[in-house]
Amino acid sequence: MGNMRYTKKFGSLALVGVLATSVLAACNEDGGDSGGSSDADTIKIGANLELSGAVASYGSSILDGAELAIKEINENGGIDGKEIELISADNKSENAEATNAALKLIEQDEVVAMIAPATSGNTVATVQLANENKIPIVTASGTAPNITVNEDGSVNEYAFRTCFIDPFQGTVAANFAANELSAKNVAIFADNASDYAKGLAASFKEQIEANGGTVVGEEAYVAKDTDFRTQLTNLKGENPDFIFIPGYYEEVGLIVKQARELGIDVPLMGADGWDSPTLIDLAGGEALNNTFITNHYSSGDPDEKIQKFVEAFKADNGDTAPNAFNALGYDTVYYLADAIDRADSLDGEAIKDALAATENLSLVTGTFTVDDEHNPVKSATVLEFVDGSQVFNSKIDPE
Amino acid sequence: MEWLQQLVNGISIGSIYALIALGYTMVYGIIKLINFAHGDVFMIGAFIGFWSISHWNLGFFSALLLSMIVCALIGVIIERVAYKRLRNATRIAALITAIGVSLLIEYTMIFFRGAQSAVYPSTIENRAIDVFGAQISSLSLLILGVSVALMLLLQFIVHKTKIGKAMRAVSHDAEAAKLMGINVDNTISATFAIGSALAGAAGVIFGVYYTKIDPLMGMIPGIKAFIAAVLGGIGSIPGAMVGGMLLGVVETFVSAMGFSSWRDAAAFLILIVILIFKPSGLFGKNTREKV
Repeated sequence: MGNMRYTKKFGSLALVGVLATSVLAACNEDGGDSGGSSDADTIKIGANLELSGAVASYGSSILDGAELAIKEINENGGIDGKEIELISADNKSENAEATNAALKLIEQDEVVAMIAPATSGNTVATVQLANENKIPIVTASGTAPNITVNEDGSVNEYAFRTCFIDPFQGTVAANFAANELSAKNVAIFADNASDYAKGLAASFKEQIEANGGTVVGEEAYVAKDTDFRTQLTNLKGENPDFIFIPGYYEEVGLIVKQARELGIDVPLMGADGWDSPTLIDLAGGEALNNTFITNHYSSGDPDEKIQKFVEAFKADNGDTAPNAFNALGYDTVYYLADAIDRADSLDGEAIKDALAATENLSLVTGTFTVDDEHNPVKSATVLEFVDGSQVFNSKIDPE
Repeated sequence: MEWLQQLVNGISIGSIYALIALGYTMVYGIIKLINFAHGDVFMIGAFIGFWSISHWNLGFFSALLLSMIVCALIGVIIERVAYKRLRNATRIAALITAIGVSLLIEYTMIFFRGAQSAVYPSTIENRAIDVFGAQISSLSLLILGVSVALMLLLQFIVHKTKIGKAMRAVSHDAEAAKLMGINVDNTISATFAIGSALAGAAGVIFGVYYTKIDPLMGMIPGIKAFIAAVLGGIGSIPGAMVGGMLLGVVETFVSAMGFSSWRDAAAFLILIVILIFKPSGLFGKNTREKV
């Protein structure tokens, strides 16, 4: 009995193995075809994006930005005379659909590289396929570190991103606090239930101490809380000259309001989690004065390159100013195009190596160099709230 | 004077707990039912207040009054529709019905307006008053004032009016009260009306003080108020007031000592300890006045 079962199991394993090999072989053949054939007159780039479902606005914003970039590149003669063709697939904001969409783009459309989904979870669902099929993927806005680096520290060879990772914003905030606001004694008030906030708080603390500052108070809250007066009163007692509040707008709006009510009038700072009109409704424009956030980009940045992009985007999109997702989608295409150009080949491996070797590439969301973990090292934008609207303050370079 | 400031913070949240706890304790006192839908009446009250201030341009006090009236009606409807026919059923059946009513209210609200939160418009100018270095907002003083006024009004109703007398009689012995010619059904409805009106008032106060309201906002304050009612001795009106204030202050000081993540745990620990060592609560059986 035991033996028979073993044989059966072994048999099916072998079958799976054979099938898998043949599928892989087929993929490689396909890859070879599209990569090597000289008569292909377009370069196919896939866009596996959230075009419907929960976070459809992220995906469609990225697509709008990407389409503008592709139009510009093609108008300027494409890459080595070849036009780029963008093939989009809707992943419905679901992990399983993201995998399906990636499979379809790789096998049916034979793309040479892909714009990966907007959210980290959906992107992670396509990383393995990218590695197996040797098709580089670049996510415009997936900020989780585990997209490019696995838990054991190994790098996912074919996964890249255009945005900076979350903890980087903590570093930027610390530099801004120390250099621009001359803050010495800072406090941290972080959402204890979110990895995002904890990551930001940790990197902020590390950097502010490296800058010679002191963390005089640390308090925590939990998402969905409404009463923050106790912790804020504690922080007030420590007399900080700056408070870092990584978290999301629903709680941050109340925190800012309650802090001002308690007479805490020092600068408050957060990250892109603050970026929502609801924040202004909750806190009120007056309480938000003297608060700052870091973000990927600002359409109010006077930089010439950015203003050119803003104009071009407005012309194509009914006078709507581009948001951070539009800008990141736009940059993702330029990032890929630059790498394909330098690789001088449509082979996935060559493109991947070129992406990893990107240096000082000047884009709308900052000039960047890719580090060993496939994360861009780039500048972040600091915005200030003035009477309820975001105003461009400055650009902070890494380091 | 950080401690003074924390005490004010604690009393502010405590007075909201106390207002909700009163409804729990009154209903329990009269029909021995833990009305788990009570936290959701609080939520409805917050939304009525929100709509009256932002859409119908009412002031704070008119919004408070309107919200109390509507919530009183809703409380009576809930009692008549859901609980009245279960008066002779097992207590567990009534309890499960209460949970059902709670979910019904929450998700009906979500069905009609979505689950997103709403932001209370600022109706009252909020100034900080400096008392020995503590920043006491005029808003928290107002909240405390309104809560205390409502509690005094309740004491007056229970002890000095005819309906109050009837409520005390029914809670003491419903059968005997009936024999004495008291309309038990109406008395129970009146209890629900008063308890729900207080929850509605707490909802408006919560909205004005904390700004953000949403359809599931009643869950945590509802449970906290339940703990406050048990702490004070369920069925006892002064117990609910003291229990609410005490819970608010304890929670605040747990956070103030640097254990903010333990704040909710502390509240539930109080519930467990009370249920094990003194199930009748602080204002125990002997002095308890059931309503």
